[in-house]
Amino acid sequence: MKIRSNKGLRRGAAALTGALALGLALSACSSAGGGAETGNADDIAKALDTETTLTVWAWAPAVEQIAKDFEKEHPKVTVNVVNAGTGNDQYVKLQNAIKAGSGAPDVAQIEYYALPQFALSDSLVDLKDFGFDSFADEYTDSTWNSVSLDGGVYALPQDSGPMALFYNKAVFDQYGIAVPTTWDEYVAAAKQLHAADPTKYITNDTGDAGFTTSMIWQAGGQPYKTENSTDVSIDLQDEGSKKFADTWNQLVEGDLVSPISSWSDEWYKGLADGSIATLTIGAWMPGNLESGVADAAGDWRVAPMPTWEPGVAASAENGGGGDAIMKQSKNKLAAAGFLQYMNEGEGTQTSIDAGGFPSTVADLNSDEFLNYESDYFGGQKINQVLVQSSKDVVKGWQYLPFQVYSNSIFNDTVGKAYSSKSDLNAGLEAWQKATADYGNEQGFTVKAGS
Amino acid sequence: MTTVSQDPTAAVAPRLGRRPAPHKAKRDWTGWKFIGPFMLIFAFVLIAPVVYSIYLSFFKDQLVGGNSFVGLANYIQVLGDQKFWESLGRVSIFLVVQVPIMLLLALFAALAIDSARLHFPAFFRIGIFLPYAVPAVVATLMWGFMYGVRFGLVANINDFFGISLPDPLSNAWVLASIGNIVTWEFVGYNMLLFYAALRVIPTDLYEAAELDGANHFRVIRSIKLPALRPAIVIGTIFSIIGSFQLFNEPNILKPLAKNTIVTSFTPNMYAYNLSFSGQQYNYAATIAIVMGVATAVIALIVQNRGSRKEV
Repeated sequence: MKIRSNKGLRRGAAALTGALALGLALSACSSAGGGAETGNADDIAKALDTETTLTVWAWAPAVEQIAKDFEKEHPKVTVNVVNAGTGNDQYVKLQNAIKAGSGAPDVAQIEYYALPQFALSDSLVDLKDFGFDSFADEYTDSTWNSVSLDGGVYALPQDSGPMALFYNKAVFDQYGIAVPTTWDEYVAAAKQLHAADPTKYITNDTGDAGFTTSMIWQAGGQPYKTENSTDVSIDLQDEGSKKFADTWNQLVEGDLVSPISSWSDEWYKGLADGSIATLTIGAWMPGNLESGVADAAGDWRVAPMPTWEPGVAASAENGGGGDAIMKQSKNKLAAAGFLQYMNEGEGTQTSIDAGGFPSTVADLNSDEFLNYESDYFGGQKINQVLVQSSKDVVKGWQYLPFQVYSNSIFNDTVGKAYSSKSDLNAGLEAWQKATADYGNEQGFTVKAGS
Repeated sequence: MTTVSQDPTAAVAPRLGRRPAPHKAKRDWTGWKFIGPFMLIFAFVLIAPVVYSIYLSFFKDQLVGGNSFVGLANYIQVLGDQKFWESLGRVSIFLVVQVPIMLLLALFAALAIDSARLHFPAFFRIGIFLPYAVPAVVATLMWGFMYGVRFGLVANINDFFGISLPDPLSNAWVLASIGNIVTWEFVGYNMLLFYAALRVIPTDLYEAAELDGANHFRVIRSIKLPALRPAIVIGTIFSIIGSFQLFNEPNILKPLAKNTIVTSFTPNMYAYNLSFSGQQYNYAATIAIVMGVATAVIALIVQNRGSRKEV
């Protein structure tokens, strides 16, 4: 009941922000129309007025609805949304289609960490061709940075995952533990909690590539650098990486993290019964807690991500992604029109309604969004914490042009450190070596180490 | 005429010339028509993929630099690939330990059901065979849940008896745990294989043995086991192939034990991950070819040894 009325309220106000976003889109169009991209904006409009069929590969739940709304507005365009798998499954199919030279969709959802792989292999359209670089100011710095590669713009951001500390307040209150604001405090809290009740852990971690890279990102590490598309350097022992590994070692070696893998049944149980007391994770998490851990409603709160230096706010992105236009597409103009509608125009509100955390500044800063009180989080205005995090994301991060494969072998290497409760630095070095070997194998020039 | 017939070339020539003519006329395509459909499918689904894999294995397609012919470089790389040898070593240990256990259990079950001393033999036959009817994916998921040390059967046993069993999915035990699943799945299949072989032994042999005063164990040793030898050879060959192709069980358990079951846990998993997450199709094809040849060679050795003993 609560949730339902809540959604109604959100949807009601959604119309307002929807109108706002539309206005924004229109103004963006007209501004593009005044510049050198005049032809492009008109071309897109013309393309949307011709019989066209677009194929979109996406797994984000909102895309179906966005496509329906788009078809209503542009009756001559048919949009086929295909769920070709989530994440890696879809990338495999995409890579196969690219290799085969045909069969790729017009538009594809690609997460930020995977984008360099497709962009640098020249499989995606540079959206500058449509003047989309003029949208830069509409998105958060971190998401725009993620889609801007090698001087081009290769996707429009859809959702984002600025990190925050989700904690079980009931557990913290029960043992009189203060909410940690630095990672040192976090380790201390982990010890205090586990000593007070050995069945309880500060968090779970069995080794997760996405989490590790995000933590290194927040710590100021920049282990991956790519120049000229093919000159890659990897240093998973730079200052930030070491800072993370040394701190996290205390938790792993000290048996202070629950050895439960995220997204498993046990994980949801642990989140519900208080045996996993915190999660440092992307801002898309609230919806997952509401649906997956309904029993713990009222127990959880959101706090800023603990920092490495006291008082210096810093965060990182965890997950999230955008949508890109494939080079293979024969309807690039219409695809650009849909892409703009979905991630810059009215579609953004549909994504928010479906539980996505936006990357558009206007949506993030709308009063309705900021002042939304979450019943699940005991009435806390969680978006204020999450939006602040999106502003505190450390700049300068890059992913590898073969991050997808690298992440797939994370548990072969760093995972060994987790299972033997030994030094994560050694694991990171092994990961670095295996990743560099793969890069060289694929024709990149990889420099491993500092 | 006589001079001509004495000339050897002349004598041969007409014979050669005469033969092909009627042969050509008699050329009969009926046989080909019968096996044609099979040959077509055989060529399409077996020969073509193998030939294509061999073709692929001579190339190297890179994200940077594209496709190029590399000759035998991929094969040389396999020979020096530590991950490949580790995975091959793992399935070899699996083969040497799990297969004998499984075949002995199957043999024991088949002999017991065939002994006519068991009540409700049909019940046991179905009961032992039933796990084979469970899809491997379902069986592995089921066992995966039982292996859980926090919420699974292992956890319940630990709680109930106040003991602490080792984690079945830990580094030291995971191979044994997979062996247990595979044994559970395939004992029934091998049992049926052996049982079928036992059923075709002529009953007059048993009557003769009885007249000679042979006891049950003597009958097993002198009649049943020799008669079972071909079935045992077949069962062993199937098991060798199965072990080398180990894929379903570890791949499905991987999410539960992602740090112990690495992406190169078995040769098949290695090839799979190389091609589907690493886009190294050429190298994956090379590994597949090497494994195919290795499996064929070992299966052939077993078959030859098996039939030689039979004499």
